[in-house]
Amino acid sequence: MNIPYTVEERPDTGLANGKLGIWLFLASEVMLFGALFSTYIILRTGSTEWPHGELNVALGAVNTVILISSSVTMVLAWAALKMNNFGRHRLFLIATFLLAGIFLVNKYFEYADHFARGEGPWHNTFLAIYYTLTGLHGLHILGGMIVMAYFIGPGASLWKRSPEQFTNRIEYTGLYWHFVDLVWIFLFPILYLL
Amino acid sequence: MDHPTTPARGVQEHAHTHVHEHAHEELGFWRKYVFSLDHKVIGIQYAVTGLLFLLFGFTLMMIMRWQLAYPGKAIPIIGGLLGVANAPGGIMLPEFYNQLGAMHGTIMVFMGVVPLAVGGFGNFVLPLQIGAPDMAFPKLNMMSYWSFFLGGVTMIVSFFLPGGAANSGWTSYAPLSVTAIGNGQTMWLIGMIFLITSSLLGSVNFIVTTVQLRAKGLSWMRLPFFVWAQFVTSFLLLLAFPPLEAAGVLQLMDRLAGTSFFLPSGLVVSGKALTVAGEGNPLLWQHLFWFLAHPEVYVLILPAMGIVSEVIANNTRKPLWGYKALVYSVIFLGFMSFIVWAHHMFMTGMGTTMSAFFQTTTMIISIPSVVILTALLLSLWGASIRFTTPMLFALAFLPMFGIGGLTGLPLGLAPSDIHLHDTYYVIGHFHYVVAPGTIFALFAGIYYWFPKATGRKMNDTLGVIHFVGSFIAINLVFFPMFIEGLAGMNRRMYDGGTMYTHNAAVLHWNVVQGYAAWALGVFQIPFIVNFFMSIKWGKAVDRNPWEATTLEWAAPSPPGHGNFLTEPVVYRGPYEYSVPGSARDFSPQFEPEKA
Repeated sequence: MNIPYTVEERPDTGLANGKLGIWLFLASEVMLFGALFSTYIILRTGSTEWPHGELNVALGAVNTVILISSSVTMVLAWAALKMNNFGRHRLFLIATFLLAGIFLVNKYFEYADHFARGEGPWHNTFLAIYYTLTGLHGLHILGGMIVMAYFIGPGASLWKRSPEQFTNRIEYTGLYWHFVDLVWIFLFPILYLL
Repeated sequence: MDHPTTPARGVQEHAHTHVHEHAHEELGFWRKYVFSLDHKVIGIQYAVTGLLFLLFGFTLMMIMRWQLAYPGKAIPIIGGLLGVANAPGGIMLPEFYNQLGAMHGTIMVFMGVVPLAVGGFGNFVLPLQIGAPDMAFPKLNMMSYWSFFLGGVTMIVSFFLPGGAANSGWTSYAPLSVTAIGNGQTMWLIGMIFLITSSLLGSVNFIVTTVQLRAKGLSWMRLPFFVWAQFVTSFLLLLAFPPLEAAGVLQLMDRLAGTSFFLPSGLVVSGKALTVAGEGNPLLWQHLFWFLAHPEVYVLILPAMGIVSEVIANNTRKPLWGYKALVYSVIFLGFMSFIVWAHHMFMTGMGTTMSAFFQTTTMIISIPSVVILTALLLSLWGASIRFTTPMLFALAFLPMFGIGGLTGLPLGLAPSDIHLHDTYYVIGHFHYVVAPGTIFALFAGIYYWFPKATGRKMNDTLGVIHFVGSFIAINLVFFPMFIEGLAGMNRRMYDGGTMYTHNAAVLHWNVVQGYAAWALGVFQIPFIVNFFMSIKWGKAVDRNPWEATTLEWAAPSPPGHGNFLTEPVVYRGPYEYSVPGSARDFSPQFEPEKA
């Protein structure tokens, strides 16, 4: 039994199943992070004193640049497939994976620095929402890395069997990755700068 | 699949089924019945698990009803089995009563009704009704079921841990829930995260399936109303559940990582000041919770409306009255359900501006609900109704949902809500919507689609006994709640309200409700017997025993993996019954003009 429109687009909707699926998933993710951003706003407006300068702005800025770069390499990895250049695709996908890894290492140093000073999530409400938001975002980064590792490793063989489907999957991974990147672009100013 | 069918066309169909099945690889027991990718098997798994949870949740209530009718007296028969920590000498402790209350709500809503209505009926019926071979993502579908199953297991296990299950109400209001002792609340939160994940996976699947896999000729305005109801429901699940997931994560942080998202400064518990950072906001939990839980109300009711519409159209042998009005109403209802949540919070002191806004939206949302109910009622006008078992339940749904809906209006207005809040009136109101409303519709659906799932009909005599008994008993349970509530009886009293003298005039209803609840339990026995008996000995049927018009009746009963023998094509709208000039009183969607 074959499910229709797993690879090709349905003519009247102009969509393949996976693409609609990933957009719907991202819509639910918007609601998830939206609720947490709302929490941030409510806690902050209700607080007597909101701490400033607790975070390492330089490291946060570096991480922002890293994540934006990884979004660029992700697009290039997909574009390479569209141009039928699998070698180039692998190069950029591995680059994306590594950039994501560097982001998490930086994040680890930031966390470790706070914990060394005894400032865990229990310390104050600002750090509570900071750990929750960045922790959940970090889990999303990790999830993206697992997917990329799959397409670098065992998932890559799909390219030989069905290049179109493989290209689609990389595109969906990219959409997710841009979303994760976008979340950080909101997180960085509200946690580090404002 | 070895079932006798009626002659001629049936035999031919049977032969086809076998040819069709052998074209696929033979699956082993585990892949076929347990870790199946087939939407019909997953649907049945959801439905059976949901029914078991419904029975379990109802059992909790039957135990609570004893305590309410005879407070402080030893529970007969099962009293000794509840454990010394919960009911020493068979007498229920208040803490245990709170656990039962919290878990009854959680189980009925998140593990019973939604899995049965959406996971069960949605999975089984929706792909068939749109002429699809399966759901768009079969593996996600399987993951969705198993995530639900894990969530359910987590909830049940919590009863057996030290301290027992969650006991802060199904709403888990902070700070009570955050400071609750024991593991129950933590387990509740983890279980909820599994259940939410399950719903998210399911809703993505339903929406993609509906948009992408409709059969040739099945345009949007030819979709059966059941599909529309499930489609809108899926959007509610997709967009309303994530905020509760966020809230669940925040409460887990509060309980496990020592944060104080929901804990205000200076909180004193049992005479001791809490050593937390403070500055949190307990109202935030309520906002995040009800942002899910109000759309959730429509998640509970919309699939029921969908089922009732199918059954009514089929048994009135007429087109549904106002199909387009139904569709536009359900879409509008879905949209509005996102902006009424704070009508659960009039008593929190959130301010009159907020109250005014949410009162207005609440009054507006009642309009599409009334449109739907009216359209279904008008569909009966002038029909020669077939009083089949599913139709009895569907007909009962209309006045029951009507009572539930109308009694909700005073709760949607702050001035009257202030009087009625937290009384049995509220319990009566939402149970009329969900129990004799939704659950009756779900029974209608079970009797209606059972022949499609098994190839056999359920017994009508047992069905009528089940219906009449349940109908009388359930009304005796819930109607007195309005009387008690108006008298001011609080909904959470573990002694049934005896401690307050103002309840004295209505206390005797507790006994009536107790007996009615146990009678309701007894009247489920014919259903259970019927269900299992009919799988083996029910009257064998052809592919379209109800002479219905929608696509699921084009597939064999039961359909094989992949559903249809030939790709279905749709020629007309969903409810073309009694078309003038037609030889028969039904013109199926899947048969061309001349048939």
